[in-house]
Amino acid sequence: MDPECSRLLPALCAVLADPRQPVADDTCLEKLLDWFTTVTAAGSSLLLLQENPCLVELLFRVLKSQDLSSRILSFSLRLAGIFAAQEDCFQYLQGELLPMLFGEVGPLGGAAWTAPAVRSGWIQGLRTLAQHPSALRFLAACGAVDTIFSLQGDSSLFVASAAGQLLVHILDLAMRGPARGRCSPQACDWPACAQKIVCHIEDSLCSIATPQVTQALNVLTTVFGHCRGLWTQGLWVRLSPLVARLLEKDPVPASHSLVDLLLSVARSSVPSSDRGLWETLAQTLSHLSPTQAGPLALGILKLQDCPQALRTQAFGILLQPLACVLEAAAQAPGPPGLLGGAAGDPMTADTLLCSKSACVGLLCCALTHLGLLQPLPQRPSPWPQAPLLGAAVTVLRLCSGSVAPTSDVGGRLCAILVGCGRVQRAALDFLGALSQGAGPQESVTQVFSVLLEYLMSPESSSMVLKKAFQATLRWLLSSPKTPGCCDLDPRTQLFLRELLPVLQKRLCSPCWEVRDSGLEFLTQMTRHCGGQAGFRQALLASEVPELTKQLLQDPESYVRASAVTATGQLSSWALLAAPASPERPGAQQKSLLVELLHVLCADSEGFPRRAVMQVFTEWLRDGHADVAEDPERFVARVLQAASRDPDWEVRAQGLELALVFLGQLLGPRGSHCPCAVALPETAPPGTLAQALPEAAPPGTLAQALQVLCRVQLFEFAFRALFDCDRPVAQKSCDLLLFLRAKAAPCGSPQEAGDSPNVASVEATLQRWQAGEQGQPLGYLEPGAVMAVLRSIDLEGLRDTLAESSDHVEKSPQSLLQDMLAAVGVLGENEADCY
Amino acid sequence: MKLYCLSGHPTLPCNVLKFKSTTVMLDCGLDMTSTLNFLPLPLVQSPRLSNLPGWSLKDGNAFLDKELKECSGHVFVDSVPEFCLPETELIDLSTVDVILISNYHCMMALPYITEHTGFTGTVYATEPTVQIGRLLMEELVNFIERVPKAQSASLWKNKDIQRLLPSPLKDAVEVSTWRRCYTMQEVNSALSKIQLVGYSQKIELFGAVQVTPLSSGYALGSSNWIIQSHYEKVSYVSGSSLLTTHPQPMDQASLKNSDVLILTGLTQIPTANPDGMVGEFCSNLALTVRNGGNVLVPCYPSGVIYDLLECLYQYIDSAGLSSIPFYFISPVANSSLEFSQIFAEWLCHNKQTKVYLPEPPFPHAELIQTNKLKHYPSIHGDFSNDFRQPCVVFTGHPSLRFGDVVHFMELWGKSSLNTVIFTEPDFSYLEALAPYQPLAMKCIYCPIDTRLNFIQVSKLLKEVQPLHVVCPEQYTQPPPAQSHRMDLMIDCQPPAMSYRRAEVLALPFKRRYEKIEIMPELADSLVPMEIKPGVSLATVSAVLHTKDNKHVLQPPPRPAQPTGGKKRKRASDDIPDCKVLKPLLSGSIPVDQFVQTLEKHGFSDIKVEDTAKGHIVLLQEAETLIQIEEDSTHIICDNDEMLRVRLRDLVLKFLQKF
Repeated sequence: MDPECSRLLPALCAVLADPRQPVADDTCLEKLLDWFTTVTAAGSSLLLLQENPCLVELLFRVLKSQDLSSRILSFSLRLAGIFAAQEDCFQYLQGELLPMLFGEVGPLGGAAWTAPAVRSGWIQGLRTLAQHPSALRFLAACGAVDTIFSLQGDSSLFVASAAGQLLVHILDLAMRGPARGRCSPQACDWPACAQKIVCHIEDSLCSIATPQVTQALNVLTTVFGHCRGLWTQGLWVRLSPLVARLLEKDPVPASHSLVDLLLSVARSSVPSSDRGLWETLAQTLSHLSPTQAGPLALGILKLQDCPQALRTQAFGILLQPLACVLEAAAQAPGPPGLLGGAAGDPMTADTLLCSKSACVGLLCCALTHLGLLQPLPQRPSPWPQAPLLGAAVTVLRLCSGSVAPTSDVGGRLCAILVGCGRVQRAALDFLGALSQGAGPQESVTQVFSVLLEYLMSPESSSMVLKKAFQATLRWLLSSPKTPGCCDLDPRTQLFLRELLPVLQKRLCSPCWEVRDSGLEFLTQMTRHCGGQAGFRQALLASEVPELTKQLLQDPESYVRASAVTATGQLSSWALLAAPASPERPGAQQKSLLVELLHVLCADSEGFPRRAVMQVFTEWLRDGHADVAEDPERFVARVLQAASRDPDWEVRAQGLELALVFLGQLLGPRGSHCPCAVALPETAPPGTLAQALPEAAPPGTLAQALQVLCRVQLFEFAFRALFDCDRPVAQKSCDLLLFLRAKAAPCGSPQEAGDSPNVASVEATLQRWQAGEQGQPLGYLEPGAVMAVLRSIDLEGLRDTLAESSDHVEKSPQSLLQDMLAAVGVLGENEADCY
Repeated sequence: MKLYCLSGHPTLPCNVLKFKSTTVMLDCGLDMTSTLNFLPLPLVQSPRLSNLPGWSLKDGNAFLDKELKECSGHVFVDSVPEFCLPETELIDLSTVDVILISNYHCMMALPYITEHTGFTGTVYATEPTVQIGRLLMEELVNFIERVPKAQSASLWKNKDIQRLLPSPLKDAVEVSTWRRCYTMQEVNSALSKIQLVGYSQKIELFGAVQVTPLSSGYALGSSNWIIQSHYEKVSYVSGSSLLTTHPQPMDQASLKNSDVLILTGLTQIPTANPDGMVGEFCSNLALTVRNGGNVLVPCYPSGVIYDLLECLYQYIDSAGLSSIPFYFISPVANSSLEFSQIFAEWLCHNKQTKVYLPEPPFPHAELIQTNKLKHYPSIHGDFSNDFRQPCVVFTGHPSLRFGDVVHFMELWGKSSLNTVIFTEPDFSYLEALAPYQPLAMKCIYCPIDTRLNFIQVSKLLKEVQPLHVVCPEQYTQPPPAQSHRMDLMIDCQPPAMSYRRAEVLALPFKRRYEKIEIMPELADSLVPMEIKPGVSLATVSAVLHTKDNKHVLQPPPRPAQPTGGKKRKRASDDIPDCKVLKPLLSGSIPVDQFVQTLEKHGFSDIKVEDTAKGHIVLLQEAETLIQIEEDSTHIICDNDEMLRVRLRDLVLKFLQKF
């Protein structure tokens, strides 16, 4: 321990043990514990206590004091646990202190025990302490295990949960003993402590009180989730009959916890030794209600290795609700549905019809589970893509009231589901997930038709519309391309022609969320299909591009930001403008650049400005026609605007843009570059990068530096280097390091190092560093820049910036000082009183 | 208690409730859908309409060609439009004591009732209802009277001829009762019979019942009504809304504990959510105007238009429509916009608080101030000078049969750039458009009906729990076009009783109690006797006075003193005879003790038999029989009055007298 800390420690311990000087800030105590954990991890706890007797004294005084706050008591228990985690220190404390802290004579029996913090501290102290066999003996001797059993039912959930965790830890510690292989189920050779815990679990599993069963199941779930010893297999053999017996009860108690346990066991090493587990799982699936069985079925299907029959059963459970819906909505007996023609489970049908909440809950779970399963490699095969598509479409139609079921059940389902936003959202998500698989022509037509119905319906809420847009995008992107060319197939094109007027209307919605979702959809669609003739044709024939541009003036900043991104994307694909006049080709495009620059300079909100910077960076990277005309001027204007921006993300994005520009001028970073910031892998055609290969000759480099000076990139970067927001400074540092590395082989340190220009720049930079950023740098010569770059300790700066912002204040010494100062012990604050 | 149903239109109700001794008419709605069978009345001569071919029968007989014209396959009556009145034959309307009006849309038939049926009662309505109702009537009369039509067709109404006509004329009901619009004099006379009321004000009707208007949340001044006596409560729910729009919120709590809840005026478009429709309205409006087209919104001069203008106020800037003029054309446009701003106490809380700032409660004031919204009494005059396109025009009438809207339909109908957006739910938009076909302009149907939907009704009924629900038959089954939508009907227990036009419904509850007051001096004279803990009885001898449906027990007059003289009795002294009353008995006779008492008094050879209703005590020696039952005791002995009296006295010992 640092001598200064050692010096401060006695005073701090005195403060902590003094009830008249309460510690106001809990976080200080937490930090103190963290510090002691670090100190004891690095060295001997025993030595620490011997060198700092005040610590043991603190623990004694805490025990003796009657009116100490519960938080100090809790702290002391945890502190003692940290020290006693090392066996020699444990022996040192065991004689008197530990029994007094953790035994029945300690807080356990006193009034302080009523505070949850004390009970929690007691558990955490023991949890830290229990690291060695001596600790196990101590626990047995002081009867702590029984106390932990009772704390499992504690009124504080934190305490109860921690008690369960502690039991698992103790069991694991006991069973981890030397050379324990696989234990027999009878466990006559199990350590007494483990025997006791297991017996307690057995008793709890047999209890008629559901909370106790839940506690036992939760402990077991943690055991099988975290403990890897072979003994867990023996434990399962011993306990599985009791678990199976739970299934005989009606209703099955603690079904959620039971499902968690079974899945935890199934994921552990148990299945390799006990095939009976699969049987238990199958039984559980058939005993639980449809709602309870869903998560178990999903868990089973996610398992890598499990019998096919069980997988089929589990998949059947997930499909049941949708099968019931399909059956109820069927106009006439159709082809075998989801369950291969088998009738839907009456229990599932009952659950669907018994109440709106049950129906909605079950359907949403089924849809979500199937949606999660769809992309997994271990999903059931064959995957019933067509019936699932049919089911998703039917659910959506029932929700919109556009299907007219003839059956009584169908009518009741329709009455329950109509207008239900939750099911609509889940079904649209699921429908989107199904886009990854192919489907018969007829199903896909139905999908497009139901999506269009939702997008058109005035009844669709903004969230439902957002999901509908997302699902539509996924289906459009996954739709097959016309053979022989990369264009959209005729059916998709037809859909697109119907979709665009709807999108047009949605872009005029009075609800900003809808306008925003519409713009996001357009952006994504353009990003992926901007080059496809069918899409281009349909889009250009519509008013969507013009409307999008108008939304740059939207009163809602999120919509403006999305409009910026969308117009940027449209412009990249030359989809924005109506045909420009012959005498001024590209006039419209230019005006967008001006318009976006105006947003960057004038918009009062950060989101649109950030969006503009991203669009500009993308334009520069991809060689957008307007930018490529005069990239130097473009970069100069953007950097000028970004440097004044109050939003650090805009400034950081400015550096990103500068980096792209640098990459294009000097070539991408090579192996000698030490920077961490990633650059685009390939430079688009038609940019400056082609003209300047990576190892640029000195002449070319000089030219590049001239360009950089002209666009005032250095002024921007140097300013950013001393930015009050750390990410900006870090990015700038990386950029300058990159630049210096690029220039290093070429330049010579003498060329401008001593010129007055350099001195003035350095003086200005020092002022900037001190926070006076008013003065501009003025025009810089490349030589001066290189000299300044070499003179600044960029590596040192980078390391400093890499430290967290509170690294100076985080030292233990500062912590101790702060704590003492807070209670006025350090004395210097006393002067403030006069 | 009976309900006479005079209207078949669920949202334009007209029912008569007979309750105690009162006859109360609930609303006075006028079904104007009949006008859809008539040709529009153009403000400016329309060659298209005047050149429509006359209609002739299949056999070529053209005797109706003056009355009926054909347009795009539909046949219309070329005459002054006529309205379908409430049923006038079902009940003698001159016996109606009061008419309760729930909102301004439900009073449009008032002049027909008050001026032509011998009605002599009072009409109750809130002030905004009357003022805005007057505007609606004024507008209607104005629309019709300013386009005088010489012709009044009646031949087609002949039943034998009507049968030969194509649909929908063939199926039109009660055509013989259809009437032309009333005049302004009739309107004024009808309105003069209205007495203004405020929410929660209690109005006594002849001492028999009390009626109270409650806020219904649907329109300015709209009300539901409570009609109650001391022991019965009937709630009349008509045109209510739970949405937060401009009116005061609906008062649901006061509807609790009703014996009968009459439920009318639910939303006409239960599948359309008003928020979604407003969204549609705005989007379509913006799209049309951006393309250089004009938007026509056929509407009433009050109601949803206030909310639409408020939405547009927020929307036009964001949609870049600031430079587009909005015109509101109605003979009562100015009054409507101004009235809306002065009824602060009838508005929702938010709008009320604005008044104290002080700011106008509705933002259309600002639209007018900034010249974004302009209003005109008609298309003639100033409007024609100011008119510029593209623009948005709000004007009536939503039926598209009369009013300035007819002119705009003729003017803009030929261009596909223009759009007509239907927001009022009262008329089928396809039928409204029929005489304008073929039509190039776009038609958008986004009906905004803020009245209760079935989900809200279900919640309301759970909340207020009436014993019985009575509603129009349309609400007890899903709409015919969506027969699978079981959610679009009233679902309650016991099932709602339904009614249809011209039906009389005996309401399913009987009056059991009547409140009677007791005079203090009479009450003082009573000597209650506790017959079991908490229950005391006393006999009352009094005279029951009934006047103005109030019943009072007064002390009986003192027995007349024999005057001895020949003085003539005055009429007032002619008091009823007061017989000396026998005391009333209570209690029960314990058989065992009774037998013991008999034995004590010398009766022997007593036998007791149990019967279904009590006991029979047989005095075999005396050949006498005493039947003891729960509510009577009979002593049967042959002509031995002495014995009977002895036995009676023994029986009476066990009973209490009072």
